[in-house]
Amino acid sequence: METTDQLRDRLLARFPGAEISVVTNPGPAAQHSLLLSPSPARDIAVFLRDDPALRLDYCSNVTGIDWPTLGCLEVVYHLYSMALKHGPVILRLRTTNRTDAVTLPSLTPVWRACEFQEREVFDLYGIVFTEHPDLRRILMWDEFKDHPMRKDYVEPDDYEWEPTPHGGVLEKAKRHYPAAPVAGVADPGPASASPATKP
Amino acid sequence: MIASGLQTTGAHVREVHDDFHGDLLEVSMGPHHPSTHGVFRMQVTLDGETIVKLKPVFGYLHRNHEKLGENTSYLGSMPYTDRLDYLNSMTNNWAYALAVEKLAGQPVPERAEYLRIILAELTRLLNHTCLAGFLLQDSGASGTPLMYAFREREKILDLFESLSGSRMMCNFQRFGGCRTDASPEWLAAAKKLTDGYGAFLDEYERLITGNEILMARTQGVGVLKPDLAISAGITGPMLRATGVDYDLRKVDAYGFYSRFAFRVPLGDHGDTYDRYMIRVLEMRESIEILQQAFRDLPAGPIMDPKAKLRGFRPKTGEAYGRIEGPKGEIGFYLISDGTPNPYRYRVRPPSLINLTVLEDLCLGHTVADAVIILGSIDIVLGEVDR
Repeated sequence: METTDQLRDRLLARFPGAEISVVTNPGPAAQHSLLLSPSPARDIAVFLRDDPALRLDYCSNVTGIDWPTLGCLEVVYHLYSMALKHGPVILRLRTTNRTDAVTLPSLTPVWRACEFQEREVFDLYGIVFTEHPDLRRILMWDEFKDHPMRKDYVEPDDYEWEPTPHGGVLEKAKRHYPAAPVAGVADPGPASASPATKP
Repeated sequence: MIASGLQTTGAHVREVHDDFHGDLLEVSMGPHHPSTHGVFRMQVTLDGETIVKLKPVFGYLHRNHEKLGENTSYLGSMPYTDRLDYLNSMTNNWAYALAVEKLAGQPVPERAEYLRIILAELTRLLNHTCLAGFLLQDSGASGTPLMYAFREREKILDLFESLSGSRMMCNFQRFGGCRTDASPEWLAAAKKLTDGYGAFLDEYERLITGNEILMARTQGVGVLKPDLAISAGITGPMLRATGVDYDLRKVDAYGFYSRFAFRVPLGDHGDTYDRYMIRVLEMRESIEILQQAFRDLPAGPIMDPKAKLRGFRPKTGEAYGRIEGPKGEIGFYLISDGTPNPYRYRVRPPSLINLTVLEDLCLGHTVADAVIILGSIDIVLGEVDR
């Protein structure tokens, strides 16, 4: 199979307006990847799937990555060919930012294998895939608000009272149950920290 | 059970309609249904007995395994991988070790590679035996086949226990080798089990394979077409039952599989019966592989002497490593930023992705068929929900 650089050149010749660059993997695995601009991504995916020299008919792995340092979210697709038994070709798509412009084109119309995996990326990273047939949360429940796989995710304060808090648990208990306003009661110990304060 | 248009008056009596086929019934199968193999739920819409819509619901066993992996060291995730597909901890360990070794450029000694193949093929025997038992249980052959299967499974688990200290949570592979070496006594016991396994399969097949009821229940049920299987990323025995020749032991030839002579069984129809038969045939090939491995197992170290257990920090980079697990392609995608923890730790779960086509397979069939179709897909919820 052609190298990642050759593949990029061939794709640039086929899709003249597209922005395609090679992301070099410095590690020993040397699995380099192609970073695509989102708008022509689905056309490129169809080309990769149907091109007779590539025939990347099998999308093995779809996953999200959070890059707070780059200020973007990323989706990575690992493509293989079952017909020609080669691969992987790795595609990466990046969102504009991590807050409001988090939309990327869904590749589920090209490879059905993306269906649940893109739902998972939507659920855990908050990337919105356009034209996904059934974009709902998959692992977290529907009412859940946040995206737990993001690097800056803070778990909710779901502290539950326990009779003998100690160490880190005690610290968390003090934060959770503010000190009692009654003068003379300095220590909001387990006896005064009623579980009834939690709704 | 939620019934649309169903009116109950105190007792659960259904009103008799003139247009008897007018109502669709929504049934929530699971998460506590015994046929769902754990906490899996299917939202099924029924027209009479026939399934017209089926939506799988996941997440009841979700513990964000991937976040745990990012918050612990590379080696610290090894015991967690046992808990993904808890029937096949040995292959999960291998897939993870393989991905990390790719990431770090870590070689593995020859004896360790052979041990990995032995344990992986024993795991395949174990998984497929369990599946054959569960599938028969799901199709209504209550008890007996499952107990036959579990009797054999327990013998393999005894071997795992004596080698790793634990029946199911083996935590056995390390980056650059294995944790403990197999003693000559262990190898003799494993060889004895392998030699006797063919007789067990003969016995089991005499009971089951030609059984008229099993054939009637499974043949032509849940037919999967090869094109859809490839597009939907189906892997493992379920893919090969449709006739697609794609076995990573041949394609990637990871470990030393290229040294072994074995065949890849392929199905013809892609129905539930083929999915059952593929597993039986794969078990026979696994026995072949095991016998070659016992014959050729070299002496030598089981850990690369330069491998680092403590303070393991792969260089910046990324790697995707995959192996042919008993349920399909299990892969790990890792990104290292040079710290002791992976920046990104991703599991490619074969069970979850094989469920993509569940609705396609079940449409037009009855609820009882959905149960055996799900059974033939072979899922473990520890891996589906992660």
